[in-house]
Amino acid sequence: MGALILCLWLVPALTIGLILLVGRPRVAEFLNLTAAIVSLVASLALILTTPHRRVVLADHFLLLTPLGLWIVLCVAIVYALASLYAIGYMRLLTDEARRLPGFYALLCGFALTMFVAPFMNNPGIYWIVIDLTTIVSAFLVGFEREAESAEAAWKYIIIVSAGLSLALLGIVFFYWAGTLRLGPVYAMTWGHLRSIAPASPKALLLLAFLLILVGLGTKVGLAPMHTWLPDAHSEGPAPVSAMLSGALLNTAMLGIVRFLSILTAGGLGFAGQTALVVLGALSLVISALFIVRQTGAKRLMAYSSVEHMGIAALGFGFGGILGIAGAMYHMLNHALNKSLMFFGAGNMMRAYRSKDMRMMRRVLAFYPVTGIVWLLGAVAITGAPPFGLFQSEIAILRAGMASPNVWAVAVMALLLIVIFIGFLHHFRQMYFGAAPTDDHLPQMRLSPWMTVPMWLTLIPLTVLGLWWPPFLWHFFVQAAQVTR
Amino acid sequence: MFILHINPLATSLFSMLAIISLILSFVMLGSHWLKNHIYAFALESWTIACLSAAVGYFGHYPELYVIAILTALFRGSLLPYLILRLADKLHLEREFTSVLKPASSLVLGTVLVIIAFVVARKIGHGLHTADTIIVLALTCMLSLKLIGFLMMILRSEAISHILGLLVIENGIFLGSQILVPGMPLLLELVILFDLLIIVLTFGMLMRYLQMHAGTTSSRYLQKLVG
Repeated sequence: MGALILCLWLVPALTIGLILLVGRPRVAEFLNLTAAIVSLVASLALILTTPHRRVVLADHFLLLTPLGLWIVLCVAIVYALASLYAIGYMRLLTDEARRLPGFYALLCGFALTMFVAPFMNNPGIYWIVIDLTTIVSAFLVGFEREAESAEAAWKYIIIVSAGLSLALLGIVFFYWAGTLRLGPVYAMTWGHLRSIAPASPKALLLLAFLLILVGLGTKVGLAPMHTWLPDAHSEGPAPVSAMLSGALLNTAMLGIVRFLSILTAGGLGFAGQTALVVLGALSLVISALFIVRQTGAKRLMAYSSVEHMGIAALGFGFGGILGIAGAMYHMLNHALNKSLMFFGAGNMMRAYRSKDMRMMRRVLAFYPVTGIVWLLGAVAITGAPPFGLFQSEIAILRAGMASPNVWAVAVMALLLIVIFIGFLHHFRQMYFGAAPTDDHLPQMRLSPWMTVPMWLTLIPLTVLGLWWPPFLWHFFVQAAQVTR
Repeated sequence: MFILHINPLATSLFSMLAIISLILSFVMLGSHWLKNHIYAFALESWTIACLSAAVGYFGHYPELYVIAILTALFRGSLLPYLILRLADKLHLEREFTSVLKPASSLVLGTVLVIIAFVVARKIGHGLHTADTIIVLALTCMLSLKLIGFLMMILRSEAISHILGLLVIENGIFLGSQILVPGMPLLLELVILFDLLIIVLTFGMLMRYLQMHAGTTSSRYLQKLVG
């Protein structure tokens, strides 16, 4: 286990060094891809070999839980797909060719921070690593050095840093609650915080959790703290958008879930779950409103991320085995599906030379195969069968029926229908609307680097929709039963 | 908690330092000259460094001396210097685009302090320690937090946003010195370091903004909406 974790950390770290040392774009692409594939294999091996319970390693420094490992796997999958896609996509940015090694070093560093965060047994260090992900990814968002991307990067780092400072205050309060029983100095670990929760003052625990929920919720992109998300996701290069959406948001969600389990141990589970459910439902409301009237292709996908993180929040908020299993399945499906959508949006953006969906017309006439894959992805992301997200959303809805917050089930069902109509309306116009204007006629041929990753996400997504593998179900059940 | 068992003289020293920091944050809130703003921030950081040293001395936490020195060096000297240099480079002297007049923002700040006090008292009651320094420390901590957010909301210059964020972080440091002086040293060191990286990142991004967007005021950064 230890060796695998070391491999997961050292390979990206060494790759960063090598990329910067060699400094050649073509070499950097393949070094980064190799690192991505190695870390995917390592994270798969890790999840297969680790017993499905809490494991504490390296003198209480590392914590392995099924949920944490699952998120590492999601990160690794998105990282591998994004690295593959980046090879084709980044070659199109001819102005930036000289800075490509820097891009790949940052991409690799971004993945590394997300591989580190879920293993941290100390909430404070987890916070610091999450902060580091912000710093690294802000440079990725601002990579294209245009007015919009500079603005997006700035908003991203300011809003998220302010949010995370709230989370830090919450962590200090949790530690303080512990000092009342364990004395002024003790090791701050998830386990310790959970063990002192039952005897801690209720008001303090609740305040601390709410601060953390708002703070990490900013990073997860829950409404109303989501304002950075559409900008950052739409202005970064498409592989970065996929990483932000499919990997980063899940990594931050892990912190909320772990603190929620501490609150549950303190006897305030219902209050915490309700708070999470309210934010999740609000995210659905906000994203539905903005999806209906959206014009930017990548902004549409970004608001869909707000929606899906809201659904995952609802899953964890409803709780129970079904809720947690549904939310975990949702994380994987969303990671796959949103990568597909961002890859497609990136391709179309380059082909039609515009970010505006009103310029992208008659996609099927120009790109019959890729167009169909993207369209299927759009059907999948709205939660229609037979794709993965349908399964996970139904599981979460069923969990909601059994939870005390039944009202949220009605809200969720209604808004999912609104989003289904709104989202697919844009696709109907893009596929069957008027012909594109002359200056936006697509002439580019999409290279296999840019289309193969789309297939690589669509196929597993369909399989996961038709068949929820029993071993995955068992894994989720165990993840729900052990402390997270 | 150690703070309840030390002599009243020390407690009043802690209280005084905490209140000075709170007043300095009002200086920042009321001043629209960036230089004054940065000086007040530096002074506030030095006050917090003194507080760390005092808590270390009276509470017998020798490692807090290290924190005090680092706070004075990093937050009290290096960060203000970096921000001052940034302001000079971008030729910024004052905040022109604030939403409220200084007087009104001060009044709003007072309201926030009252809210912070109410919350702190509520938590103090939960711990059966009303009317002690704990309530004061909590009040200062939450007030600095709220005032920092207020500064970020009311002002649109990028440097003011950074300073607002630093005030928020100062608040957390101030409170944690009194409430949890034993919080692991490593963690505090890393957080200090992390802050330095963030400010450097801000500096770089601000130069991007100036270069590619032609402005550093959020009032004119309105390309991305909806």
